[in-house]
Amino acid sequence: MRRARSLARKAGQPVVELARSHTTVSVERATLRLAGLTGADHENVPWVNHLVDAVRDSVGLEHGVCLPAWDALQRGEAPDLLTLAQKASAGAVSFRIPEKGARTRAARSARSAVAGGIRTIDRQRATRDKLIGKHGDPKQKPWIYLIVATGDIYEDIPQAQEAAREGADIIAVIRSTGQSLLDFVPEGATREGYAGTYATQENFRLMRAALDQSSKELGRYIRLTNYASGLCMPEIATLAGLERLDMMLNDSMYGILFRDINPIRTFVDQRFSRQIHARAGIIINTGEDNYLTTADAIEAAHTVTVSQLLNEYFAKEAGLADWQLGLGHAFEIDPNVKDSFRLELAHALLARQLFPQAPLKWMPPTKHMTGDIFRGYLLDGFFNLVGAMTGQGILLVGMMTEAVVTPWLSDRDLALQNVRYVMNAAGGLTEDFAPPSNGLIQTRARQVLSEAVDLLDEIVTDTSGRGSAYPQPLLSAIADGTFGAMKRPPTKGKGLDGVVRKADDYDNPAVTLLEEGGTR
Amino acid sequence: MTPPRTEAQETRARSRSHYAERRMEDALPGELSLNEPGPLVRPYGDTTGDGMVQVSFTLPLPHDKRAEGAALQLAAKMGMEPALLVHAKAMGPHFTFFVVYGSVSHLVDVREVEVMEREFELLSARDTNAAIRKHLRRKLVVVGACIGTDAHTVGIDAILNIKGFAGEKGLEYYRELTVHNLGAQVLIPDLVNTARELKADAVLVSQVVTQKDAHIHNTTAMSAAFREAFPAGEVPHLIVGGPRFEEGSAGALGVDRIFGRGTTPGEVASYLVHALVDPATRHQSPETRKKGRA
Repeated sequence: MRRARSLARKAGQPVVELARSHTTVSVERATLRLAGLTGADHENVPWVNHLVDAVRDSVGLEHGVCLPAWDALQRGEAPDLLTLAQKASAGAVSFRIPEKGARTRAARSARSAVAGGIRTIDRQRATRDKLIGKHGDPKQKPWIYLIVATGDIYEDIPQAQEAAREGADIIAVIRSTGQSLLDFVPEGATREGYAGTYATQENFRLMRAALDQSSKELGRYIRLTNYASGLCMPEIATLAGLERLDMMLNDSMYGILFRDINPIRTFVDQRFSRQIHARAGIIINTGEDNYLTTADAIEAAHTVTVSQLLNEYFAKEAGLADWQLGLGHAFEIDPNVKDSFRLELAHALLARQLFPQAPLKWMPPTKHMTGDIFRGYLLDGFFNLVGAMTGQGILLVGMMTEAVVTPWLSDRDLALQNVRYVMNAAGGLTEDFAPPSNGLIQTRARQVLSEAVDLLDEIVTDTSGRGSAYPQPLLSAIADGTFGAMKRPPTKGKGLDGVVRKADDYDNPAVTLLEEGGTR
Repeated sequence: MTPPRTEAQETRARSRSHYAERRMEDALPGELSLNEPGPLVRPYGDTTGDGMVQVSFTLPLPHDKRAEGAALQLAAKMGMEPALLVHAKAMGPHFTFFVVYGSVSHLVDVREVEVMEREFELLSARDTNAAIRKHLRRKLVVVGACIGTDAHTVGIDAILNIKGFAGEKGLEYYRELTVHNLGAQVLIPDLVNTARELKADAVLVSQVVTQKDAHIHNTTAMSAAFREAFPAGEVPHLIVGGPRFEEGSAGALGVDRIFGRGTTPGEVASYLVHALVDPATRHQSPETRKKGRA
């Protein structure tokens, strides 16, 4: 295990260096959001996009958006940030990179504006702690995680409240298909989405307020989850912190592999977003289940472990604590395979043993849900049993109608009965369950770990990028198709044009405040 | 000559006999056989002709006697007579979930069943890869894009990205396909050039925005550009997808195939094999197929 961790560090470190030396349009926009810039023009293009684009077009983003923007404010180009963005969108502001005294003044006032947003995040975290103290955490482990996805926030709200009444501890609002590829965050309360509801600041606020009501009604704090991964990771993470979301899907490589987002863009965005999550006390959920839905769950078991180790490294480097690491894994072995249940137990147990302090996120079968709802219900029961036996922290409730319809009211009720039965009947099994070290389960767990170490070894010794602009072995491995058989070179993918190498005098007060832990 | 039934077979047949047209596992000449089902059938619980079905549903009523009566009324209206309410459970204060068993009075005439067929066979990812490997002996190159001002990559990404759509992996997942997703707002000349450079076998274009028939204009401009730029017979296979294209307008738009709302990556991959790789996967005509099944 120690070797696995040190290899993960070795693979991750050069990429962190790369992330530190670059910024992205989304990091800069997130900084403006912290400074309080909200809203969008009549075509729904957010003002943060306008301002960042305008600064970029005239003086570049190498120095960050703050210096030129607050310098313009100091020079009286506009009375406030919103007006500045509006004027800039019409090309009516001249930006420059301030020097000497002007630079100091611009940096100081930018810092004070951005610190306001950081303090809001701090206050929201304190409010969460207070509410948890008042209403309490769920009585049982794992916490029960249910998904809501209607596309209409006003439809989502009653559904989420009903799900909480039925027993959900965590409500996740699935995003509209394709939002991860939008290079802006939509604005306002939204009522139309494809197979999900857009993540917007207003939708976050509405849902959190509704669940605060439910928490009061039910006497336990109901947590709210949304999705950060994608082109706007830093901004969505920021909005989540400002609106007191409790968990965020945030995977270090998901966007690269499954959404073809540029690797550099992803690693830069990911680091900033995780720094925000760390500050906001948000639990991240990583996306290892995706590896198993695209590859065979037995053959690819070790890629899950590798991804968990990398996610852990990147998370801790960004300041997240163990209790904030909802590392993912899933029950996706073909049920027709002999001993499939024992193999699932082995994989789940390995994750538990590797990350004893992390609230692992255990995800239900999807790939082998055939539409035979009766068989699916049984499979979900076995999934719940693995969760009970291996002490998982977060249990995403499986629906027997997976792959058939979005869950009906009755599907959720039946699914929760399934969970309750298993937890009630077998919840204490963690105490008794100690498989012998020479049995199939422990042997398999050791095998997966050793394959994971081999793969990490292969990654850190990947020299195919040596001499190129991106010699980092992890980037070469991603380019070679090591993960999920997807080849993602660092020079390709969506969002690459939004990546900027920092100049020596780059300044971003958000990054400074997050790294120092400052509030002013 | 079929031998007569044994005494045991005879007893078994009599014990389960039913006034409905009972089909024999071991039919004598002139009797109905289980091997030739239909033409009139009923659901089967444990006895031929019993018509038994089970349904479950939720009514927006609090759980009480009235709700149970309402469930039975619904069952009767669905043709379940007699119906047996086997389970009722409150789901919160406003809803009740029911499981009902009962015999339906309806008969199904299999002669009236019409089977709509797509012109190609649906293949698994494995079979798609195998067909390309076997018959094409190289990777099949697919270029995808949203053209014009359309920035909605939802459609093209659902088909191409490995994440996929409706539980199916996108075309990137197929080992024998080389996929280039050019993304949104690609200019037509750029698309033509890229298709030429990459020696595309097929070009997939997604059009979601339909204001002022933008999807029609973009598509015809695109197909015209391809036909101008490539010699006849060497134009890549042109496929367009979107929620508002009329079925059967492919010819008028100058493209080879249109895909509508709800198309999954597996359907597109299967179609590519059908159109470009292995014509042997062409379906039997619906007529022969129906006969083959009956």
